[in-house]
Amino acid sequence: MNKSFPAATAPHTVGSNRVGRIMGLVICALLPAIILHVIVFGPGIVLQIVLGVTTALVTEALALRLRQQPIRQFLCDGSAVITAVLIAMCLPPLAPWWLIVSGTAFAILIAKHLYGGLGANPFNPAMVGYAVLLVSFPAHLTRWLAPDIAGLQPVDLSFGDVFHTIFTGQLPDALRWDAITSPTPLNAVRTGLAMGNTLQESVASPIFGAFGGKGWDWINVGLLAGGMSLLALRIIRWHTPVAMLAGLMVPAAFMYAMDPGTYPGPLFHLTAGATLLGAFFIATDPVSSATSNRGKLIYGAGIGLVTYVIRAWGGYPDGVAFAVLLMNLSVPLIDRFTVPRIYGHER
Amino acid sequence: MTPRVRGGLRLDANKARSTRSPLRSASVPAELILPLDQHAGAPARPIVQPGEAVLLGQPIAEPHGDISAWLHSPVSGRVAAIEPREVPYRVDPAQSIVIANDGRDARFAQPAVDYRAMSEGELRAHIARGGIVGLGGATFPTEPKLSRSNVASDRHLLLNGAECEPWISCDDMLMRERAGDVILGARILRQAIGATKCTIAIEDDIPLAAAALRAALDYQDDIAISVQHDIYPAGGERQLILAVMGREVPSGGLPADIGIVVQNVGTAAAVARWFRDGEPLISRIVTITGSGVREATNLEARLGTPIAALIADCGGYAQEAQQLIMGGSMMGLGLTSDSLPLVKATNCVIVAANADLQPRGVEMPCIRCGDCAEVCPASLLPQQLHWHARDQNLGALLQLGLMDCIECGCCDYVCPSQIPLTQQFRIAKIPVSSELQARSDASAARARYEARNERLLRIEQEQRERLEAKRRQLTGRKQ
Repeated sequence: MNKSFPAATAPHTVGSNRVGRIMGLVICALLPAIILHVIVFGPGIVLQIVLGVTTALVTEALALRLRQQPIRQFLCDGSAVITAVLIAMCLPPLAPWWLIVSGTAFAILIAKHLYGGLGANPFNPAMVGYAVLLVSFPAHLTRWLAPDIAGLQPVDLSFGDVFHTIFTGQLPDALRWDAITSPTPLNAVRTGLAMGNTLQESVASPIFGAFGGKGWDWINVGLLAGGMSLLALRIIRWHTPVAMLAGLMVPAAFMYAMDPGTYPGPLFHLTAGATLLGAFFIATDPVSSATSNRGKLIYGAGIGLVTYVIRAWGGYPDGVAFAVLLMNLSVPLIDRFTVPRIYGHER
Repeated sequence: MTPRVRGGLRLDANKARSTRSPLRSASVPAELILPLDQHAGAPARPIVQPGEAVLLGQPIAEPHGDISAWLHSPVSGRVAAIEPREVPYRVDPAQSIVIANDGRDARFAQPAVDYRAMSEGELRAHIARGGIVGLGGATFPTEPKLSRSNVASDRHLLLNGAECEPWISCDDMLMRERAGDVILGARILRQAIGATKCTIAIEDDIPLAAAALRAALDYQDDIAISVQHDIYPAGGERQLILAVMGREVPSGGLPADIGIVVQNVGTAAAVARWFRDGEPLISRIVTITGSGVREATNLEARLGTPIAALIADCGGYAQEAQQLIMGGSMMGLGLTSDSLPLVKATNCVIVAANADLQPRGVEMPCIRCGDCAEVCPASLLPQQLHWHARDQNLGALLQLGLMDCIECGCCDYVCPSQIPLTQQFRIAKIPVSSELQARSDASAARARYEARNERLLRIEQEQRERLEAKRRQLTGRKQ
């Protein structure tokens, strides 16, 4: 007796990579840095992440409902969670709750879903959210805690203190902001130079260790480890991070060689601010970056260069977010000029 | 060793199970179904009548048109019918010659011929009479393919033994067990195109076949063996030419345009049998594999044998048989019934269990990761093609090289969003190729229009000159 089978079209089998797997692994790769962040700056970031992720999922669900898209399928893809976690990692750990909530909501609603949702947003949603906060509430974003290592943090903040501060926007009565905060390395150098100090005098402060700011160096090691695992798992390709780091460090090395009293060296830039977070976790966002390998080199180098220009001569201590957004804007152009030569075609 | 190859994938070969046992002959069924259009090009025309007695190897249909092929009876018996039958390679039934086997295998008298005494033209004509078509799966008739190579002065025969697609092992087994046939066929084909060079390309995962080929060559160095990495789709015609020779076939052209003729090793072996034994193409080697069949193996089967009979020859279905595929898992055709006959294109039958194939997940939007471009052997941007195919933007699709897509399925395989890209491209190619046709029609019409204008102008000019001459003549006479 003849047997019948279901109709099927080739290819009859597919690989095991899925959007959800990519997003899940990116979140896992952020874990070492998050854990180190908790060790250095206390539990604030955990609360920020919880607030951000909750906001992201609620706004994502709302937007999907309004757009009449399948909610469960997209809510489980992990992309909204990454947006929230990245914003949380850019904010000071004690930032008031409405900062992360409004930044994340803006990122998901305006930067992502207004443009058509997953895969259709020209700008990195996390960077849009962060940039909006940076432009709107700059003062809140400078209140970084002093790292709780090497005796830099005089106060022992309890979880209750952190909770109270984030939800009320006020420190507990016994505390004062200037007692517990400390400038970030980029800020310290910037204000030092603005006050007429040399670079060497500025980095002589106890907040600096052998590789940039104390505590920040640990977190950067975590980010580097996470980035390397993403490379090893082939979730990201090397082109964007390497080009971004080169785009930042080559001009840094040049300017440092020209005037070492004013311009910090390339190693300082490597571990300062959002350099490594940007190189491995933000610039590598597939949706908003260039697609071909050659395009990724140009795109990454552009982010590095613009970041350097903003840090060295611009109005903000760090420039990764603006550099990413600016290069997002250039992606259609880059993609247009980096189309590979097709087999059998002349150039 | 092959840095020039672009893209591609390393896939689980799944070939170990079907290559454990030696090649054996399939049992011959009582009724054989031979579709007249089982080769690329125009269908053959029957030259027998229903009821007529036929012998094994007797021609039963002749080629019709420039690209077509002879068809021979795989058994002796009687023509039971000439009627439409269900076939594996298209949806609607195809006109077929059905032969009732008398079980005697009485042969049609066909003397062996000595290729060394024959000219290129004679060789090609004889190859055509053997019903030889490409056995790699595309079934392009061999004779027209050989004749096309006349355009180039320096000719190279490339035998394709790079069986890159998962599951298929018929070429591996052929080379292991009948390397001598492959070598003889290579020499005949080489002489038929007047080629100076001949290379057999294989992948590095079939050491036994490589050893058998080297033994059959017996230290003669007129045929080179090129070993390639087993990267899918290294065995694609255009990919293989790039890997072995470092050359690219121009877009829209054929390998013959650059003096290269690619033939499958199975085709070469079929040519050898036709010349040496007088046996035309009436059988082929087919891999029967997959977890849904009890004993995976390679069978030499007569054309027209129902697939169900082949599976019965391999111990029948195992419990978990879920899908039936003709060809490999990447480019094969899904079959809906096992009553369909084995045709010249059937290199492999996969009786797949669910565990053999990773099913597609829920489709998500493209996240522009670019993995598809990374693996595309033609260096296309599948992601861009996807956008434009959705918008039916024919101009952009043409410019981005949709027609250079070889439908290998690599982009589908890696897509994290599970977009059925290959299927989308297959569908998009239909309007794009009619657009191309319209463009070439339009340019032909323009050429005709311009030629007509020119002709009219010329006539007018000539009339004017004649008139002028006449006037001069008249005025001259007056003076």
